[in-house]
Amino acid sequence: MKPLDRTVRRLGIALVALLAISPLLPDWALFLVTVSLAKGLVALGLVLLMRTGLVSFGQGLYYALGAYTAGMAPRFFGAQDALFMVLAGTASAAMVCAVLGLLIARYRAIFFAMLSLAFSMILYGLLVKSPALGSTDGFNAGAQTVAGLPLTGMVARYALYVLALLCAFASAALLHRYLASHLGRLTPAVRDNELRVEYMGASVRNVVHLNLVLASALAGAGGAIAALAVGHVDPETAYWTTSGEFVFVAILSGTGNVAAPFVGAVLLELLRNFAYAHAPNTWQLVVGGVMLLVILFLPEGLWSLFRRRRPGTA
Amino acid sequence: METVVAVLVDGVIYASWLFIMAAGLTIIYGVMRILNMAHGSLYALGAYAAATFAGAWLNGGHAPLGSYLMLGLAALAVGLVLGPVIERGLLRFTYGRDEIVLVLVTYALFLILEDLVKLVWGVESYFITEPYGLLGNVEFGTLSYPVYSAVVVLAAVAIGLGLRWGIYRTRYGKLLIAVIHDREMSAALGIDVRRVYLVTFTLGTTLAAIGGAITAPTVSVVPGMGVEVIVLAFAVIVIGGLGSMPGAALGAIIVGLVRSAAVHWAPQVELFSIYAAMAFVLAFRPRGLFVAPEARKI
Repeated sequence: MKPLDRTVRRLGIALVALLAISPLLPDWALFLVTVSLAKGLVALGLVLLMRTGLVSFGQGLYYALGAYTAGMAPRFFGAQDALFMVLAGTASAAMVCAVLGLLIARYRAIFFAMLSLAFSMILYGLLVKSPALGSTDGFNAGAQTVAGLPLTGMVARYALYVLALLCAFASAALLHRYLASHLGRLTPAVRDNELRVEYMGASVRNVVHLNLVLASALAGAGGAIAALAVGHVDPETAYWTTSGEFVFVAILSGTGNVAAPFVGAVLLELLRNFAYAHAPNTWQLVVGGVMLLVILFLPEGLWSLFRRRRPGTA
Repeated sequence: METVVAVLVDGVIYASWLFIMAAGLTIIYGVMRILNMAHGSLYALGAYAAATFAGAWLNGGHAPLGSYLMLGLAALAVGLVLGPVIERGLLRFTYGRDEIVLVLVTYALFLILEDLVKLVWGVESYFITEPYGLLGNVEFGTLSYPVYSAVVVLAAVAIGLGLRWGIYRTRYGKLLIAVIHDREMSAALGIDVRRVYLVTFTLGTTLAAIGGAITAPTVSVVPGMGVEVIVLAFAVIVIGGLGSMPGAALGAIIVGLVRSAAVHWAPQVELFSIYAAMAFVLAFRPRGLFVAPEARKI
């Protein structure tokens, strides 16, 4: 068996550390990290797309699909298990993207961004006009068990935290492996020059389509976890501002490393919480200001800060 | 038959408003390659300024007809002040970056402006309905429409013709076209590209503010009114082809008619009919209606 590579090993250390400190974390921190990891999953999918040269302003579509699937699971499948809900959310988002991808995979640059935005706004429009799904109010979501273990009170929060951590770890490690594989190596090649990839005999369309589906599956999983953690789903998850936030997290963190989106998501959530607590009327202003500063002064994202401190490690 | 007339008239009124918004967005994109997410906030600022100016005018006991002048002045004030401030103070530091990064810069600007609006005007809504009712109604068979709507349509037509004349018939417009086609070559030939950018952004901002000022009398001016406008205007210019002025006009008419048809015949699909139309057009014309296909680079 090959030795684990450095990134996977570090991810493993981070996972163990986060699991170890979890009993010390206050309730709000557990919740915050769980939600941030869920959003980090969506941003991880965006990082994959950005490495393909695409930026989607419609990941909210898959995020909302994951959230609604998780929320509807008890009602329509009679399922009460959190693990099942997350898997169902992932699968539904991936399936929808597998179909939509047939069309979307043909588009690039701003047209790709706008078309994906259009599809997420279509879902938003449908959800808002569906009384069965609570229209603009949405409905409450929740699970009774996770992998058979009953969920109650504090255990529920802790279990979801562990579930989110494991999902994040597994996704980041697998994505890292994928990017290092033969197929994954085509991803940056597609961004650099599509025509040459075609000349080499590989199918650009297939690579883009596969990456779209992977990104949507991550967004679906993130949506399901967020729905379970918050305990509620509403159409706002499919609105363009939600998608914009995911793009922001991905740009804020930088696309250099699979761990970056999770760090970025936690930092954004912290920033938003503190801005909300200390400047409730101007928190958007604070978030927007920080965003501008990062874009202007850290073009490679926050991850470049970590890199600069350790020269020699790429 | 009556519904058909209603659909057409409503569609044209809505399209006129959309065109004013989309024209500013598309001219900024055409010249500067910036898809300006803050366009909706500038629209909202135009509306707030119009409500303030016209409100002050009417409270001062001046002639009600003058409130139209105030609407125009408000739009000009917002556009001529904020346009240069944003372009010189922020955007010029980001030129040359990726288009998506520029979208995020304007998204950050949008967040900031949204809160600034709340700080300046508070969260309560403003009403400035006098200019709306002032001109009375006009009858279309059994349908009755306010004359103000005709003013909106005329304003849109005037703006469209004015832009067309300005771009194709004046010296400055020709410089603009040169910059659109090749920025570096125009700079090499001695065109002051910096100033073209400044003028373009100010023009786009002013158009957004005019859109807001002209809408202010017909709605309640509330925080968050700009959020939906952005994606609507995006849909319009993506349908027409980014950067194309005739495209913006045709896109506005398509979106306007689709929406008003949906409102009259199938209200439950109103919200997503516009985006469905956009997805439909893009499926057949991947770069919009008025943009020629681009050669693939090797």
